[in-house]
Amino acid sequence: MTTAPAAPGLRPARAARALRRVPLNAAALAVLATAAFPVYWMASTAFKPTGDIQAGTPTLLPLHPTLDHFRTAVHAAGFGTFWRNSLLVTLGAVLLSLLVGLLAAFAVGRLRWRGRRAFLLMVFIAQMAPWEALLIPVYVIARDADLLDSLTMLTLVYFMTTLPFTVVTLRGFLAAVPVELEEAARVDGCTRAGAFRRITFPLLAPGLLSTSLFGFITAWNEFAFANTLIIKNQDARTLPVWLSSFSNVFGTDWGATMAASSLFMLPVLLVFLVLQNRVTSGLTAGAVKG
Amino acid sequence: MPTAARPLARRAPGATASRSAARRPAPAALWPYLLIAPTLVGTAFLLLYPLLRNLLISVQHYRMAELIRGRPAFVGLDNYTTLLGDAEFWTVAARTARWTALNVVLIMLLGTLVALLLVRLGRRMRLAVTVALVLTWATPVIAATTVFQWLFQSRFGVVNWALDRVGLHRFHDYAWFAHGDATFAVLVVLVVWQSVPFVALTLYGGLTTVPGELYESARMDGATAWQTFRLVTFPVLRPLFALVTSLEVIWCFKCFAQIWVISQGGPNSATTTLPVYAFQIAQSLHKYDLGSAASTVTVLILLGVLLFNLRRLHREEATDL
Repeated sequence: MTTAPAAPGLRPARAARALRRVPLNAAALAVLATAAFPVYWMASTAFKPTGDIQAGTPTLLPLHPTLDHFRTAVHAAGFGTFWRNSLLVTLGAVLLSLLVGLLAAFAVGRLRWRGRRAFLLMVFIAQMAPWEALLIPVYVIARDADLLDSLTMLTLVYFMTTLPFTVVTLRGFLAAVPVELEEAARVDGCTRAGAFRRITFPLLAPGLLSTSLFGFITAWNEFAFANTLIIKNQDARTLPVWLSSFSNVFGTDWGATMAASSLFMLPVLLVFLVLQNRVTSGLTAGAVKG
Repeated sequence: MPTAARPLARRAPGATASRSAARRPAPAALWPYLLIAPTLVGTAFLLLYPLLRNLLISVQHYRMAELIRGRPAFVGLDNYTTLLGDAEFWTVAARTARWTALNVVLIMLLGTLVALLLVRLGRRMRLAVTVALVLTWATPVIAATTVFQWLFQSRFGVVNWALDRVGLHRFHDYAWFAHGDATFAVLVVLVVWQSVPFVALTLYGGLTTVPGELYESARMDGATAWQTFRLVTFPVLRPLFALVTSLEVIWCFKCFAQIWVISQGGPNSATTTLPVYAFQIAQSLHKYDLGSAASTVTVLILLGVLLFNLRRLHREEATDL
């Protein structure tokens, strides 16, 4: 770890160092507060009774905490169905892109072949594809294939939106596993696939996990396609679409809206907090080391 | 220019690659292609095909009737002429450029500052800030959008309350989403707030890989903080900066969900950017053909940005592949 440009001169006294840290720590606290406040305000509002929410002077803490808003949100029509839909679509897309992405990452990271560079370039471009610009054709294609109002089409779209990222990131993680380990196993009589399965795959497991979590977040959050492809069959809606229409359902019940938002982000938040370090390092590895 | 062109040219199968492929027995040489086949199939059907279909619709007369009955007629470039001849399109395009530039500059500036801050912090403080950033990053787009509607709500929103308290009384009960510029500003704050963590954490990850000796020698030479950044940090992390900037340009340019949920492009189309515009004319006006033409223009602009950045990126990649 670099402590970056420290002050010139010999080792400064403890007190001087502590003093120098004051503006730094003040800035850090400002960043911390700015980053966390909206999320805090969401959670805090969700626990306040409606009377406190609509008070002239907002209170920082939920002084009279209540679970009423969470009850309202959970008992809202279709909550369970939409939750299940989101989970099905997200997991389906993530598993599919993990499987397909791993195969491609292995081909790119471990084998030498004609067109490898061109393929990688295609993946990079696909990663930046303007998905929202493709709403109309995807809608028309889904209609022609009789896949409108179905979760299958959503799953396929999400699979494709997360696939390029999966390939690039897994390739980064794969690059971090020394080829020598695999080669040693092959010298000991393993086949190429066997060496990969016994040696590389276990070492890659954390990478697989964090990559899939990133895909999970992307698919879990997606709004534009879910809003366009599911029109008539309201039972096939997903949570983001439901949440966006929440104000229509509950009017200006901000407590319930914030409770629903909290419930919506809770699963993502938990997994993210546990694993974000690996995601970031994988991403950096993919970008810097190549 | 020649240095940029060379690695791109080398992308064509080089002599060494084909020789090693030829040495291997035929079935083994097929493996890589089998492994990438699912990715290729997926990309062909779910990315390439929609792109081509979009292009096709944009040169047809494709309205509600054609959507139901089929048999659209070809109209050549009529849709593009209509679109580009519409003054509103140019207003929207200019607004999109302004929107993207403003967001990306703010995101990169603040993201870099936060990353530099993270490197200098003590262990515990850094952990606290990182957790807060991750909290922001992990907040789903729609949840964050809903929260911002609540923060900026006119009567009970905490932002108006705070502004009123510090003496800006004109913000008492101020209706942010009734004014074009105010809505635009809220959307910028929302997108910047959501995007800074990714930039900050990624750049922080990059900063930790810069060798300490470089800073050591910069310090011996008496470099100021700004000189150190400009002459040491930035050159080392140039590929990472290029990658992150191009990602942000693309993400900001095609940003849709936040705008749609908060304002649907309003009020008075003050927040209508190209993706929103394309969606509006297609979905609300059922002019799928014009919408597709607008989408094609969006894709072309993004492709231009992309190729510009990709050349540099690819040059860096080529040295390491």
